[in-house]
Amino acid sequence: MFNSNGVHTTMSTLPASSQTRGTPASAGDNRLKILEATMKRNQYRPDALIEVLHKAQEIYGFLSPSLLTLIARSLHLPPSRVYGVATFYHFFSLAPQGEHTCTICLGTACYVRGAGDLMAAAEDVAGVSVGKTTADGRFSLASARCLGACGIAPAIIIDGVVAGHATPEDIAARLTALLTTPSED
Amino acid sequence: MDLQELQQIARRERERSRRIRIHCCTSSGCQASDALEIKRRLDEAVSEAGLDSEVEVVGVGCLGFCGQGPMVTVEPGDVLYEHVRPDHAAGIVAAINGGTCEAERGDLHHPFFARQYPIVRKNGGKIDPERIEEYIAAGGYRSLYRAINELTPAEVIDEITRSGLRGRGGAGYPTGLKWSTVAKSRGDRKYIVCNGDEGDPGAFMDRSVLESDPHLVLEGMSIAAYAVGADQGYIYVRGEYPLAIQRLQKAINQAKKLGLLGSQIFDSAFDFRVDIRVGAGAFVCGEETALIASIEGRRGQPRPRPPYPAESGLWGKPTLINNVETFANISSIVERGSAWYANIGTETSKGTKVFALTGKIRNTGLIEVPMGMTLREIVEELGGGAADGGEVKAVQTGGPSGGCIPASLFDTPVDYESLAKVGSIMGSGGMVVMDESTNMVELAKFYMEFCMDESCGKCIPCRVGTVQIHRLLGKITAGQATPADIEQLRELCQLVRDTSLCGLGQSAPNPVISTLRYFPEEYAALVPNE
Amino acid sequence: MAAKTLKINGTMVSAREGESILEAARDAGVAIPTLCHLDGLSDVGACRLCLVEVGGRLRPACTTAVAEGMEIQTNTDRLHAYRRQIVELLFAERGHVCAVCVASGHCELQDLAVSLGMDHVRYEYLAPTCAVDISHERFGIDHNRCVLCVRCVRACDEVEGVHTWDVSGRGTSARVISDMNQPWGESESCTSCGKCLLACPTGALFSRGATVAEMEHDPGRIALIVESRKVRG
Repeated sequence: MFNSNGVHTTMSTLPASSQTRGTPASAGDNRLKILEATMKRNQYRPDALIEVLHKAQEIYGFLSPSLLTLIARSLHLPPSRVYGVATFYHFFSLAPQGEHTCTICLGTACYVRGAGDLMAAAEDVAGVSVGKTTADGRFSLASARCLGACGIAPAIIIDGVVAGHATPEDIAARLTALLTTPSED
Repeated sequence: MDLQELQQIARRERERSRRIRIHCCTSSGCQASDALEIKRRLDEAVSEAGLDSEVEVVGVGCLGFCGQGPMVTVEPGDVLYEHVRPDHAAGIVAAINGGTCEAERGDLHHPFFARQYPIVRKNGGKIDPERIEEYIAAGGYRSLYRAINELTPAEVIDEITRSGLRGRGGAGYPTGLKWSTVAKSRGDRKYIVCNGDEGDPGAFMDRSVLESDPHLVLEGMSIAAYAVGADQGYIYVRGEYPLAIQRLQKAINQAKKLGLLGSQIFDSAFDFRVDIRVGAGAFVCGEETALIASIEGRRGQPRPRPPYPAESGLWGKPTLINNVETFANISSIVERGSAWYANIGTETSKGTKVFALTGKIRNTGLIEVPMGMTLREIVEELGGGAADGGEVKAVQTGGPSGGCIPASLFDTPVDYESLAKVGSIMGSGGMVVMDESTNMVELAKFYMEFCMDESCGKCIPCRVGTVQIHRLLGKITAGQATPADIEQLRELCQLVRDTSLCGLGQSAPNPVISTLRYFPEEYAALVPNE
Repeated sequence: MAAKTLKINGTMVSAREGESILEAARDAGVAIPTLCHLDGLSDVGACRLCLVEVGGRLRPACTTAVAEGMEIQTNTDRLHAYRRQIVELLFAERGHVCAVCVASGHCELQDLAVSLGMDHVRYEYLAPTCAVDISHERFGIDHNRCVLCVRCVRACDEVEGVHTWDVSGRGTSARVISDMNQPWGESESCTSCGKCLLACPTGALFSRGATVAEMEHDPGRIALIVESRKVRG
């Protein structure tokens, strides 16, 4: 589940896990503290589950089984209920995401303006299909239902930045640039 | 907080305001095209020109003409610039004193703007959504004051009932009736829920309202809470709308600070708190019982109604659920009266409706028009016809739950009943325009894939029926279908429509049914012997 | 408790206030097919087989309360056709092969198909690859036979009070899961009480060692447990 260099050893912070190598303990503790603070602010109420999952994913990047178990225990929820909720909503990811991400909006307005061609170009350049992450963990390709940016259709998000009026040529050029820059670590 | 204080804030704000305001759209559409940098450069240019005492640059909400963005206006003078780039900033400022400006000039008297009737979007493009003072200076929170101090809850409900306002989420249920049901329901606690889970692809009205005028929605919710006797509200916003969430949170904090939300609002016995709930990517949560499940932290699965949320909703308590646009109408109705509102629109559909005009159309963006305007007026006059010199073939209203209306029926007036009569629905307000390049069977398949992926899986007809319909459409587009498959397609559509548990399933076949009805030749072309 | 007078298939019937149409019909000797309903468990109205016509509109009999003057039709041609189609959809959804099923002869889905005259499936088989989990020392779950009625989920939660089971994912990829989607045998919460087996309408949940046609469920015991508990107070 975790890659060997420790980039995604998010669970090193959790009591249940002994994986502390590769991540400074203090940095990890902070993440757990933030999550704890969110749960406390919601009085550990079971109905805060989705809020807590949002926060957990924001700080850890994805929701691992041990993280979900920790949340289940803290909110006094059955584990299956937490897992059921985490897999119901498409925002939540149970697997680590790539270092870079590209999301292509497949809403209707984008669709009739050629979002399908953008997706084909992106899949071609990155060598992964939509919803997948490259084997080296560097890049994830995703689709969105509708970003509500229909006025600038077709819209894409690369590493969190929304861009409109995208063409297959742009997306190919931008992803090529992204994938050929050396990794940060 | 009392009326005097409110008026004082408005007065101070007007005094603070500079003579000339440069409005720079900072909604998410324009932000994606560098609007924040444009605003920064405009600020710099004003300072450099030494005009700080006369001119201010204001980041405003959506102007609506999103396809022409980023947009900048200069007031007074009705000057509009389109497709603005950061390097245009100095020119825009210079033009105030007669200098030259390279930015493309737009026309605020263009039919796209001139034919609109802004009520919900009245402050869009005019005020800074991040400052409550601007909202108050524009008359904000006066209706809440009036409701609490001059009207009884029953009188507020009467006023809403008489206005003829119907739910803007799609189904068009009379708002006043819903409010009075909640008011009459017994419960030790009642809740207000604002449905901002705008999931229809091609619709962004609610995003724009929340980003451009969050206080208008909060004020509407507060008036509703007073009317039905609720003290807690939730706004459920899609996770895809980070800017809307951020601005809404800011607005809630500001309102709390001024005592416009919280305990003893306007020194009355009325308490009302609002919390945001962020959606997590499930279209079905736009359905009210699924939305309730989601707010309670559960899988967003609908349950059979009755009981309706008005009687048994959030945590089993009476709950009023209205959508963003519905709440955004309330303040104006209380301010200007039900008679004024009821005078706008048609016999059965009162007021205005905001539409997101997208797809293969020249003028892309948001419009707010009186109910009863024809599709032709909207598409041809406001929308300027097809983009790229094509010919408009059809328009899809109501997203995946709606239907395709062919150009031959463009004289249909846009109101709840007329749209239903031609096999579509009002929906939340998405209008996706298609031209000759769109294959209608492919489009139906696109929508069915959407519904299939978004089906929660609870009831069998929707869970499995949508998959089977999608497979049949796939067979048709691949040229492998027989006339018997078309028959089966019709039969399945009927099953899913009639027997599904919630609105998602019941309306999922609409795009197929309407394209079969209006574009049979496109199916026939793909099915030998059909 | 106030009585309500209504008509079922043209016959006047009296029912208790708050009762569902399903209960009222049963008291009157009118059978309505069901699948996700199980006496003793809360109703979810999910399978849509118990749809009846109330004043011409389709309503689930299990979750719709009786009302004065209701006119209910339980067995029109339209309802029969829809029920048959729904069962067909289920058969096409996963691998329901009666000939090799532990529950053959004791299966509610099979019974429904027989009573509705559904002798063949016209839809394309979706044929997903579904797991069989026999990690539990006494029980097994075969997802190929699961119809997602969630009777097991409710029995575990409402009767046993544990909530080992829930559902993951959505649409046709939804699956019944135990705890963190781990093998049943590794579930920490499961008490091995077997109530889920009692509740299952098909061969999805079975006792290990049962072979073709040997697995008999006992859904009536769920009602008995709940009823006795109520009486004891």
